[in-house]
Amino acid sequence: MPKVTIDNIEIEVPEGTTILQAARMIGERNSAERYVAPPTMCFYTSLKGSGGYCRTCLVKVVKGSDKDPRPMPKPVVSCRTNVMDGMVVENTINAELLDARSGVTEFLLINHPLDCPICDQAGECHLQDLSYEHGLATSRYQFERRTFDPIDIGETIKLHMTRCILCYRCVKVAEQITDGRVHGVINRGDVAEISTYIEQAIDNDFSGNMIDVCPVGALTDRTFRFAARVWITKPMDAHRNCDKCSGKTVVWLKGQEVLRVTGRKNQWGEVEEFICNTCRFEKKQLSDWTIEGPRNIDRHSVISQGHYVQKVEQRVLTSGTPNVPELAAGKNPKKN
Amino acid sequence: MSTTNNMSAPGSFVPLTSRGKQVSQKQMSLMERIYIPAILTGLFITIKHFFRLKRPTIQYPEQQRPFSKIYRGMHVLKRDEQGRERCTSCGLCAVACPAEAITMTSGERKKGEVNLYREEKYAVTYEINMLRCIFCGDCEDACPKEAIFLTDRIVESDYLRKPFVFTKEELVEPMDPKKRIDVTKRQTPAVLKFKENKVFAHNR
Repeated sequence: MPKVTIDNIEIEVPEGTTILQAARMIGERNSAERYVAPPTMCFYTSLKGSGGYCRTCLVKVVKGSDKDPRPMPKPVVSCRTNVMDGMVVENTINAELLDARSGVTEFLLINHPLDCPICDQAGECHLQDLSYEHGLATSRYQFERRTFDPIDIGETIKLHMTRCILCYRCVKVAEQITDGRVHGVINRGDVAEISTYIEQAIDNDFSGNMIDVCPVGALTDRTFRFAARVWITKPMDAHRNCDKCSGKTVVWLKGQEVLRVTGRKNQWGEVEEFICNTCRFEKKQLSDWTIEGPRNIDRHSVISQGHYVQKVEQRVLTSGTPNVPELAAGKNPKKN
Repeated sequence: MSTTNNMSAPGSFVPLTSRGKQVSQKQMSLMERIYIPAILTGLFITIKHFFRLKRPTIQYPEQQRPFSKIYRGMHVLKRDEQGRERCTSCGLCAVACPAEAITMTSGERKKGEVNLYREEKYAVTYEINMLRCIFCGDCEDACPKEAIFLTDRIVESDYLRKPFVFTKEELVEPMDPKKRIDVTKRQTPAVLKFKENKVFAHNR
């Protein structure tokens, strides 16, 4: 089992693991060290062949392996680079690398319209998170931005090509999850765009998952279009008996109204189990669902804003007559 | 923990803190005991103020105190130069509001409404509960579209609760350019400098 050190944290991982997965394993082992996992815009664990396009997961390998300790000359994409025994990787502690990543972010934002105030993805957008962390406050780009008119692809999906960063995740979903894709990336370079052969042709049962995998607001749910901002809604874990998919979803409520249904995303923003279009678009009654309870949202996410249900763990008092420091739970009185 | 002996003999006074003050037990003199001179002194102070020329009272609403340039009163939802509503219902004011006074629902602009709304999304309803509002101005700070401003207008009093929930009818400024609400006074040099920067898409 190769041993790899990422940001001075050591972990032993199985053969064939990528640097990205190793970094995520560190985060899963200890959530306080979750920061070492590089951001990803195109890599998606459950989609084969994804990754390598967006270059946001760049890391610096300062020592190749125990056998060959030379550093890698350039930053490498962590989602496509396997670990070697004794490899030493720098991610958040390398200033040069953070600079490179902010450069990548600037390139991703070149054509992005930054219309977050009207975008339905705002609040759960990976590009928003990335630019918040690594982006510049202003753009240096002075030319006209590439623009497209928003189009409806199918009954339920809206495509805002202007927002797209060409991560190819939706193409991979169509290829691997649905049977036979009818959309893809046409043209090349600056004019490349996602398109269907015939507009409004996506009607496969699992095509809705393109919305979930889209890291930006390029593919959005038409049934949720402008219905509410994400942080106003209340996410609840819910399930139903579905003969096509697992039926395990998150329903986003506003009062008793189901505004939208999505798959359950893990801490890396990836859907655990893909859900079918019936669950996603058609079951908009609260009676269709068995509610399991409120979804645990990261405390730092804007979605948890204004939601007062917070998990405060009840402190176990160790003695029958608790003393003051024990009751104060972490607020120890100052000792003179 | 100190190991000194804190036990003391019963009855002896051990102060709990060092902040205690000794209470004066002095006996009152004769002048103090007959009481009337003290009453007269107090009355004299009160009566003296009847003959003062400077009166701090202002006869509102006939008279009004000068308002500060950045007085935070009733809100306004601004229109742009062409009369289109600037608000795009992004919800940032609602999330910034510490009193949770703001609610809104949004809708999609239809084809014929391009001269009414600036962006493809707009606020169908926009309500501010003025009874909840604490006039902190955080909504103004949060607004990315320069749509909401606090003005020097006062929210009028009423007998019912309902009229205090201000809808778009009260909040959006009139279309007529002469009747627009002026908010230039409260824009600091920093705000004006920010507006000059054309890099920010919403300033175009």
